[in-house]
Amino acid sequence: MPKISLTINDKKIEAESGQTILEVAKENGIKIPTLCHDPRLEPYGACRVCLVEVEGARNFLPACATEIANGMVVKTNTIPLYKIRRTIVELLLSDHELSCVTCESAGQCQLQDLAYELGIEENRFEGERHTYTIEDYNPLIERDLNKCILCGRCVRICEEVQQDRIYTFANRGFDAVVTTPYDRSLIETKCELCGQCISTCPTGALTEKMSRYKGRIWEIEKVKTICPYCGCGCELELQVKDGEIVRVSSDVEGGINKGNTCAKGRFGYDFVNHPDRLTSPLVRKDGKLVEASWDEAIKTVADKFSRIKKRHGPDAIAGLSSAKCTNEENYLMQKFMRAVIGTNNIDHCARL
Amino acid sequence: MTNSIADIYKADVILVIGSNTTENHPIVALEMKRAVSDFAAEIIVIDPREIRLTEYAHTWLSQKPGTDVAVLNGLMNVIIGEGLEDKKFIENRTESYEELKKVVANYTPEEVEKISGIPADSLREAARLFASAKNGAIFYCMGITQHTTGTDNVLSIANLAMLTGNIGRPGTGVNPLRGQNNVQGACDMGALPGCISGYQNVCDSGIIDKCKDIWGVKLPKKPGLSITEMTDAALRGEVKAIYILGENPMLSDPDLSHVKKAFEKLDFLVVQDIFLTETAELADVVLPGVTFAEKDGTFTNTERRVQRVRRAITPVSNARPDWLIISDLAKAMGYDMDYTTVAEITKEIADITPTYGGITFERISGESVQWPCPDATHPGTPILHTEKFARGLGKFHTVEYRPPAEEPDKEYPFILTTGRLLYHFHTGTMTRHSMGLDEVCKEARVEINPEDAKKFKIKDDDWVELASRRGRVKVKACVTHRVPKGTIFVPFHFKESPINMLTNSALDPISKIPELKVCAVRVKKTRSK
Repeated sequence: MPKISLTINDKKIEAESGQTILEVAKENGIKIPTLCHDPRLEPYGACRVCLVEVEGARNFLPACATEIANGMVVKTNTIPLYKIRRTIVELLLSDHELSCVTCESAGQCQLQDLAYELGIEENRFEGERHTYTIEDYNPLIERDLNKCILCGRCVRICEEVQQDRIYTFANRGFDAVVTTPYDRSLIETKCELCGQCISTCPTGALTEKMSRYKGRIWEIEKVKTICPYCGCGCELELQVKDGEIVRVSSDVEGGINKGNTCAKGRFGYDFVNHPDRLTSPLVRKDGKLVEASWDEAIKTVADKFSRIKKRHGPDAIAGLSSAKCTNEENYLMQKFMRAVIGTNNIDHCARL
Repeated sequence: MTNSIADIYKADVILVIGSNTTENHPIVALEMKRAVSDFAAEIIVIDPREIRLTEYAHTWLSQKPGTDVAVLNGLMNVIIGEGLEDKKFIENRTESYEELKKVVANYTPEEVEKISGIPADSLREAARLFASAKNGAIFYCMGITQHTTGTDNVLSIANLAMLTGNIGRPGTGVNPLRGQNNVQGACDMGALPGCISGYQNVCDSGIIDKCKDIWGVKLPKKPGLSITEMTDAALRGEVKAIYILGENPMLSDPDLSHVKKAFEKLDFLVVQDIFLTETAELADVVLPGVTFAEKDGTFTNTERRVQRVRRAITPVSNARPDWLIISDLAKAMGYDMDYTTVAEITKEIADITPTYGGITFERISGESVQWPCPDATHPGTPILHTEKFARGLGKFHTVEYRPPAEEPDKEYPFILTTGRLLYHFHTGTMTRHSMGLDEVCKEARVEINPEDAKKFKIKDDDWVELASRRGRVKVKACVTHRVPKGTIFVPFHFKESPINMLTNSALDPISKIPELKVCAVRVKKTRSK
């Protein structure tokens, strides 16, 4: 790739051609605000909060959709830009439910962050407001159009990445809205409830229903790990509060999945803290499984295995390892069967 | 996979056979869809059912379940017949081509149509499309392997890939999609009767000596029993005790009554799991292990990528990480298995396993690596067989079509095939305990073609009794064109409708995989569950 030189906020920068102003700015630690941008999606240029001044251009240009050019001189933080951004956010807020005190997205809401950065305290644009009913027919995804800013990220991720095309825009102007085929609830469409729309929504319009009131973003710890389901091996972030997983997200810059997940990866986590989890060893006594101490359970197993091995030989014992467990555990399990018991009777469910 | 998920988009034609990718490997499916929408790739789906991926496909061929060898031989028949094979690749990288040519010559599209039901011209078109690809990638899953001809099916796929020169470059390859998070790792780590970690043969004296050095014990020199052989040996009284770690054969194995009888015959059954599964209920001792979120370690995904698993929460209540339980058990039996951290085990794996030689806990904590990775400076291997095959030249195997072990007849006129659904996973131990997912999809339904349903006056949500030579199951109906006439589909996640009561435990003679994808059943409408 040929290199291009340009200037952003008086800083001389070398970058690869084909990149956008937004990408180059980010790489160089220059923050340009965005609302409708997601690196997984094609540039869209809808929200206009990323407008920048480019010397010689007739208008302000959206940084997300403008490719860099040699000798370009860009300014991202002038007073006219500040005014435009402020007006855009004020207009968005004028028809936005300001329930930030209980909103699940508080603290991770791009609209809230921008309003804060721009110091917007009052509503200059009093007028008509929409009131939409919250869609509540599936147990996973909550759609609250009162918090939608029409950035189109849900529409686009469903079309461009997931390719299910569940969402679309309907109506025009002030009444424009994101909807589904025939305005049906998600569960009545072909929606696969992957939650990709939640992952891209910049506000609280799309949220995880199971996470409701379970923890705010500043209360949780994010732990990067690998999904426990199929063999794709997606990287997940488990969001943990007080020893409980309260939400699952994924970093758009990490793993083989680049922030994308399926329904199982995003929503199939609450088994971990399920009340039916086995919490104590059980040993069968008089035909019934009863709770026992670890010492007793381990001794029971060790004694019985030793006796069977002595009487019938090591091949009278067999082991099944687990495709759910780690490499280290599988290694130990086969080592246990081979080195401790003395048999090659070890297999797992690869065939099932 | 011989190739990587990240290079799927470089394929011009993607052949998907026996994989319901959008439901079972949704993120791999995203890459396939992206290849179509952004890079003008074409998808060929070969599957009895009209799976969702067909919506994105150029061609969908619906074969009769269990006829894959005939279909693949048919594709090769057309490719060779029309001179579309990759002559240079065959010449330089393979052997036994003449033998292959002789065998596939008999599989003309017309012959294959008789066996598989795929119209001869559709087969021809698909063969030409695949052969026309500069880069063609083949993906498969359990729809290929869970047959008495599973090994033959895979060999035929390898034949097709070599015939068209689609090995060793980005966007090509023979790509099995592994069904569980660490089934690749479990195989790599030697949880197999014939080899220790890194597929090192237990009958090899060198390997036995190496284990003696590192483990301090001389290993037996004969292969052990596979999972389905264990149950038979238990029934014969030869196996007296089984130790099961995080598996639920009482829902996942074929012919469940047979499995239950075998487990009941045992002197001693130990189950280590996170819930009291159907299998754990039969155990003499149950040991509470932990979930992925409560432990450290590594998983290896379907593209051989070793990735770090990080503990997010402390083990619930009195449950313990499985690696600690296994080492405690070893110690109680007088073997010194004393690890203080998971990293020590990872190090021992690297010491004993050449393909994992360069993989340390520290390295994996920073970056994931695809094996083979023999040493610390090796970058890992995104694509296998780029220059040569493991054995040197790639061997074409001649494979003849054999019918499934059980075919429909007058008494049992339908073919039953089984699989998974998007919202659930395997025997449901995790997803059926995930309240949101279970609410979206809480029961099994048998997919039946409208014409068949009409014959039995079955409507959506009617209760249906399915019976095979091995058992009966009641399940609600879903009348749909997704399945062809004469074939029904039931998922195996649901303990309320344990469909493996019906499936056939007949095995592939080499891989010992059971024929879960084809058995003969009859269908009857019934009043209630």
